[in-house]
Amino acid sequence: MPLIHIKDVVKTYDMGAELVHALSGVSVDIHANEYVSIMGPSGSGKSTLMNVLGCLDTPTSGLYEFAGENVGELDDNQLAEIRNRRIGFVFQTFNLLPRSTALHNVELPLIYAGVPAHDRRDRAAEALSSVGLGDRMTHKPNELSGGQRQRVAIARALVNRPSIILADEPTGNLDSKTGIEIMQLFSDLHRAGNTIILVTHEEDIAAHSHRIIRLFDGKVASDQMVETPLSYARQGVAEE
Amino acid sequence: MAAVVTGHTHRQQQTQDIMIRFYEFKEGIRIAFTAIGANKMRSVLTTLGIVIGIVVVTLMATVIEGLGTALDKSISSLGTDVYYLSKWDWFGSEWWKVRNRKDVTVEQAEKLAEMLTVAEAVVPVASTWQQTMKYRNRSVQGNVNGTVPDYEVTSGVVPAEGRFFNLYESNAGRPVCILGHDVAANLFEREDPIGKTVKIGGYSYRVIGVFEKEGDFLGTSFFSKDTQAFIPLENFLKVFGSNRSVDIHVKMREDVPKADAKEEMIGIFRKIRRVPPGEENDFGVNTQDFLKEVFDGVVSTIGVVGFLITSLSLLVGGVGIMNIMFVSVKERTKEIGTRKALGAKRRAILFQFLVEAATICTLGGLIGLAVSFPLSLIINEILPSSMPLWVVLLSLSISITVGLISGIVPAFTAARMRPVDALRYE
Repeated sequence: MPLIHIKDVVKTYDMGAELVHALSGVSVDIHANEYVSIMGPSGSGKSTLMNVLGCLDTPTSGLYEFAGENVGELDDNQLAEIRNRRIGFVFQTFNLLPRSTALHNVELPLIYAGVPAHDRRDRAAEALSSVGLGDRMTHKPNELSGGQRQRVAIARALVNRPSIILADEPTGNLDSKTGIEIMQLFSDLHRAGNTIILVTHEEDIAAHSHRIIRLFDGKVASDQMVETPLSYARQGVAEE
Repeated sequence: MAAVVTGHTHRQQQTQDIMIRFYEFKEGIRIAFTAIGANKMRSVLTTLGIVIGIVVVTLMATVIEGLGTALDKSISSLGTDVYYLSKWDWFGSEWWKVRNRKDVTVEQAEKLAEMLTVAEAVVPVASTWQQTMKYRNRSVQGNVNGTVPDYEVTSGVVPAEGRFFNLYESNAGRPVCILGHDVAANLFEREDPIGKTVKIGGYSYRVIGVFEKEGDFLGTSFFSKDTQAFIPLENFLKVFGSNRSVDIHVKMREDVPKADAKEEMIGIFRKIRRVPPGEENDFGVNTQDFLKEVFDGVVSTIGVVGFLITSLSLLVGGVGIMNIMFVSVKERTKEIGTRKALGAKRRAILFQFLVEAATICTLGGLIGLAVSFPLSLIINEILPSSMPLWVVLLSLSISITVGLISGIVPAFTAARMRPVDALRYE
């Protein structure tokens, strides 16, 4: 059973004068521990698809099953629970709370999950350590570099042990060197068994993933496996 | 699904739900303080309306409380169950109705004393205002009253030092006097006044007693015995003239029903004053109940005015809070989106902003209390009173309520945002 199963998903925006078809019949299956990139030029519908996959938005029509559960039948609170427990988001703009410490930022999903304070603290600290920020826990976002901020965001995405990590242009606001470091982190996470969906318009970034779904005009234009993903290549080098 | 897989029972699920709410609440308070801390000036300015409202509420309550205390003291100084028959009504009569009334005379008082069997004491009191009382080179101004020994019965006070004049001194019109506490204190300072001679209106009187301190009457010392002197009525009429209206203080026997006694007293006094049947009394029947009525009138006026000012400023304050909360929601749209993406339910977001609004208002309430406390100390100088604890609690609950009411619409706006729209907001 695929982790994500979407069939004939349509998303239409009513812009008053005209109807905009952001997605016009998209069908995709994604299995556990896949590393998928969703690519496409702006206006291709990749952001809309990511929002639908992340349960941030609901499709106008079509089927979306997440781990066998029909997402279309869930109410607001149930969707919030899915986002909380099953999906870890990584945003282009990091979306950290500016006045909170790294630790508190990472604790947030656990707060909404009702995890007791001491447990929360331990798990958040562990997540921060796993992204290499064990010594930056009490720093606030403005005391961290861009790469460090994105690591905090990744720790936050990981902390509730989600089924998938959904990253929207995670390197878009980073310089290329830091970007490569972050992509390295994603590769590590993938190797550790996580399912990763990456939305990007950069071929270099998508080259890290194992499967690339290309969208054009709200439709799937191509869906191909990557022969030698960069993450494997590096792993190969390391093993030699 | 997680619940199914891990096999949580229903009870565990409920406990979990309660914990989630608790953590959401704690997070709400945390956010509120962070947000207020980040916008200190804005938050404080926003609370201005609340501050004014709370100051008015607390001061109003303090004044009412003070008036109540003053009234209680003053009433007790009047003596209970005492009627004051007088040419004038103390309160509430139109002057054109009463200006042609005949004086109440000492003879009428004597007749009343004879005929009114239900009375324990009937005491005429003649008064003259602002006489000069002198001892050596010191002098004070005060009211001088001529009365009879039974005044002790109707007033319920006995001299703290010395004694009141006796029947012999009274009937003979002896030049003796009992001084109010302040008069004695001012004239004699540390000397013992008893046996000394003071000059009142140019005549010499021997001091035979001093009343204990009574305190101000309704906030003024003018009507207080403290600033007055008492001399035998016979003497008073000779010295200050008999051509004046006297008051008659009537204390009823305690074994007679109040209403009956009053009825009888009025009936007899009408007969003495020859009031034709069917006509209104041509005299005033005053009791401390009148004071109570006047007091209640004052209190309800203060109450109404205070309520209007308070409501108005709380309304203004509430609108201010609502406005700032809308700004806060708008500013933090992206944060709302992030929180929703991380799994915050509508309830959590609603909570967050309600707590913020309530916290800002509570802050306003505390500022209001901080402002009104010193003001209440100033009021205390005029009206002995203190800010009661219930007022403090009331103020804080009003603040929180205003916060919740004015926060509810912005909070709902935030809670109902679609996560995708909120995230996209720049």
